[in-house]
Amino acid sequence: MAGADGDDSLYPIAVLIDELRNEDVQLRLNSIKKLSTIALALGVERTRTELLPFLTDTIYDEDEVLLALAEQLGNFTMLVGGPEYVHCLLPPLESLATVEETVVRDKAVESLRKISQEHSPVDLEVHFEPLVKRLASGDWFTSRTSACGLFSVCYPRVSSTVKAEIRQHFRTLCSDDTPMVRRAAASKLGEFAKVLELDYVKSDIISLFTALASDEQDSVRLLAVEACVSIATLLPQEDLETLVMPTLRQAAEDKSWRVRYMVADKFSELQKAVGPEITKNDLVPAFQNLLKDCEAEVRAAAANKVKEFCENLPEDNREQIIMTHILPCVKELVSDTNQHVKSALASVIMGLSTILGKDNTIEHLLPLFLAQLKDECPEVRLNIISNLDCVNEVIGIRQLSQSLLPAIVELAEDAKWRVRLAIIEYMPLLAGQLGVEFFDEKLNTLCMAWLIDHVYAIREAATCNLMKLVEKFGADWAQNTIVPKVLGMANDPNYLHRMTTLFCINALSDVCGRDITTKQMLPVVLKMSEDQVANVRFNVAKSLQKIGPVLEKITLQNQVKPVLDKLATDKDMDVKYFAHEALSGECLPVSVNLPCCCKWALFQTAN
Amino acid sequence: MAAKDGSKMSAAAIAAEKVDGFTRKSVRKAQQRQRRSLSSSQGSSQFRTHGAVPVDLSLSPLPQLMPECVNQQELFTQKLQQCCVLFDFFDSVTDLKSKEVKRATLNELVDYVSTNRGVLVEAAYPDITNMIITNIFRTLPPSDNPDFDPEEDEPTLEASWPHMQLVYEFLLRFLENPDFQPSIAKRYIDQRFVLQLLELFDTEDPRERDFLKTILHRIYGKFLGLRAFIRKQINNIFLRFIYESEHFNGVAELLEILGSIINGFALPLKAEHKQFLMKVLLPLHTAKALVLFHAQLAYCIVQFLEKDPTLTEPVIRGLLKFWPKTCSQKEVMFLGEMEEILDVIEPTQFKKIQEPLFKQISKCVTNPHFQVAERALYLWNNEYILSLIEENIDKILPLMFGSLYRISKEHWNPTIVALVYNVLKTLMEMNGSLFDDLTASYKNDRQRCGTPSRLNNPYPHTLSS
Repeated sequence: MAGADGDDSLYPIAVLIDELRNEDVQLRLNSIKKLSTIALALGVERTRTELLPFLTDTIYDEDEVLLALAEQLGNFTMLVGGPEYVHCLLPPLESLATVEETVVRDKAVESLRKISQEHSPVDLEVHFEPLVKRLASGDWFTSRTSACGLFSVCYPRVSSTVKAEIRQHFRTLCSDDTPMVRRAAASKLGEFAKVLELDYVKSDIISLFTALASDEQDSVRLLAVEACVSIATLLPQEDLETLVMPTLRQAAEDKSWRVRYMVADKFSELQKAVGPEITKNDLVPAFQNLLKDCEAEVRAAAANKVKEFCENLPEDNREQIIMTHILPCVKELVSDTNQHVKSALASVIMGLSTILGKDNTIEHLLPLFLAQLKDECPEVRLNIISNLDCVNEVIGIRQLSQSLLPAIVELAEDAKWRVRLAIIEYMPLLAGQLGVEFFDEKLNTLCMAWLIDHVYAIREAATCNLMKLVEKFGADWAQNTIVPKVLGMANDPNYLHRMTTLFCINALSDVCGRDITTKQMLPVVLKMSEDQVANVRFNVAKSLQKIGPVLEKITLQNQVKPVLDKLATDKDMDVKYFAHEALSGECLPVSVNLPCCCKWALFQTAN
Repeated sequence: MAAKDGSKMSAAAIAAEKVDGFTRKSVRKAQQRQRRSLSSSQGSSQFRTHGAVPVDLSLSPLPQLMPECVNQQELFTQKLQQCCVLFDFFDSVTDLKSKEVKRATLNELVDYVSTNRGVLVEAAYPDITNMIITNIFRTLPPSDNPDFDPEEDEPTLEASWPHMQLVYEFLLRFLENPDFQPSIAKRYIDQRFVLQLLELFDTEDPRERDFLKTILHRIYGKFLGLRAFIRKQINNIFLRFIYESEHFNGVAELLEILGSIINGFALPLKAEHKQFLMKVLLPLHTAKALVLFHAQLAYCIVQFLEKDPTLTEPVIRGLLKFWPKTCSQKEVMFLGEMEEILDVIEPTQFKKIQEPLFKQISKCVTNPHFQVAERALYLWNNEYILSLIEENIDKILPLMFGSLYRISKEHWNPTIVALVYNVLKTLMEMNGSLFDDLTASYKNDRQRCGTPSRLNNPYPHTLSS
């Protein structure tokens, strides 16, 4: 249609229109994604006069295409001629902001927010603000929800009369009879409050906040809790008690658990926003109640905040508050009936030790840690183990190991592999602090037992663990304690264990050094090239490639190459493949030596 | 029985874990279920708050209600007030005696309002509604199972059901009592009441939803002033379900009520109702859990079209817009709904949408999932649809021919191939000469494009061919 007059410069738009009408969504999507290229080809004027009207009028499409369009238009300012003309983008974005599908609408609002910044104050009043008003008074709820996100971006830059109108519109939407709109307004309340003058925050926002916080729908009330954080931050301390606290207190005791959950979830933010005095008088009892809530969901959310809450308590009587008010609740939670509550607590409880110091930790917290370490739920045990280091800092490894070691040993054989994995990951740290002697005595057998675990992830972690241990204790220690055991497994009847030997060698060769690798490990690897199981044989090839850099050139040439040569003619396809990989890979470490390298290359082609 | 299954399952689970450390979803779910059943497979949000001042909950039985005697009204009120005491059903040992007293009293109250005339005096209404509100209106407890799959998992049942069931029963009998006067009751059964009632439809307990359905239906029937409000709130629930939460357990029940509401709409349809059809009912088809309420939804749609056939075109275009792209199970449901719509379509409406519709059907026929192809081909078993196709064979045959012909040669499933032959035969009988022309041009096209059958074969893995 556009190309009908034979004007070549219209060709791009003709292609676009063709593709936009294509039956294949993917093609339509592609052409929308190329929109900026096309706009560039058309030039700013024709983009304004032809492309945008076309997009505004003719697009009725799959949400996926609309989403891409909404996103593109947010970056179109320069393509329509810069800030002076940016308002041309408003009509298509306005209709996208009324679409049913939430992601499209959200993207359109995001783009509108973006281009609002590029409007001059005059354009903002002439073009942008009327759009916001139209959306805010739209028939269908979608346009009104979209409007909620646009007030805060234009408010700071318009005249005071327009400001008054905007406030009025926002007020109307806060009492809209569609809950979807009230939810949108409630979720933007905090953001809007931030751009308002303090007097209006006190007069307008507070009444809206109070109304939304006592909405008949709990889905609206809980969003007001979020707004509470921003509003409390804006108000001077002396007004908080009268303007915010009654509502917050009410929310913490709401009959809907969803609202209480939200309070628990936002507790640290609320605590920071209202300051230390109110925290002491109001939030401490509120927090106690949340920790004892009758719904497990709420208790779990509150338990998650225990550490942060305690950390942020005013330092002057922090310890006293924790010991008399919080700790008793925490003790109860350790034996909660719900595993999510216990596991939430376990993920933060260790953090209390830094706050309470050594003596309190040993006296009050250690028994709780031990109880949780023995919890029937693996998640709880796992969360405790993964946070051992913070306790370590406070009471020292000796104390920790004495009280916790039996439990740790027990967990090393836990039925859940993720728990075993967490223990393994903690082992190098523990070993480093306990010293060689203690380690050999208590933990060495455990570390070796993991090598023959029936879960691969554990065996893998165990090999990695060995490497870290050798890094700590040195090659001599390795030669005496670990290497013989590892190499012994090369004769194990189970091929998975034989492979573990190879994996260990891969991990250890570097830290053990050339001597041990050449004299002790290499012979074993070479011998394993005759293994019956193909998986072992190709892992031999991989191992040889891996340990190659550690070996001397002469060893490579005389011992490794013949074995790889043989593997390269193996009857198994994979073994051949990895042998070839190794042969070509071996070139790299010895590439300084050119003739040798050539020989290797020759060999490759000959085969 | 459950325990026995459970132990078997957990043995299997342990064995499975020994092998690969991962357990299959079904096994894990069974374990969870077992774990839950050890404590309780029931949920409730009615428990006594811990640490609160202990309240004396003991109830002592009151004398029997006898309608003929004096002072019965006072006794009735007393009993209603007695039933406002709530018990913690998680704790199965406490207050046993009082729980039994309340149960017996509720039973008596149900009998009293259902068998006697003249007991619903105006003064009793506030006590009656107060008792109902206290017992059933509550914030539903959080779901035990965050990824609750209504198709696979057992729902969490309401723990206080032994009492709650009787309260629901009482509410129903109250509404159905011949002496019941909506003009008095509307002061208590108001918008707020309805709103709370609607929120309860989200309960996981199917028994409760069933009661709610009947009760809301009665309220809709008796309170004319609440009708628009109820419709609007259902609207809001659906929109929230579609665009915000994707979770609401009572969609099927609400649709069932709407089915009968739509049935009673006066003609011509109000704009509000049409908007509900286009902006709420059609987008409901996009829900992930469509299978749970599709039958009720399709019924509502067909009700609308029977009322006003001019809505057929926009409805079918809407369905085509939301046609599932990857979910075969949903595609089968869409085809089923399409057949229900075609069953009542007017021939003039059919002409308006035949082109886009048969383009889609043509795609469905070639679907590698045999259930989709089969469901699409079954449309040819419908006499009325067949007559519509015959009337418009010139338009439809060219749209269908390529797909049918190709599928007759290439589909992996022999049942589909047999069905396609039948359909091709039927179409050939409808217009033989057009069929021959299409066959000729199809073969021509194929020759010109080399051997497209190998390149375009949608089933590269079929063994035959």
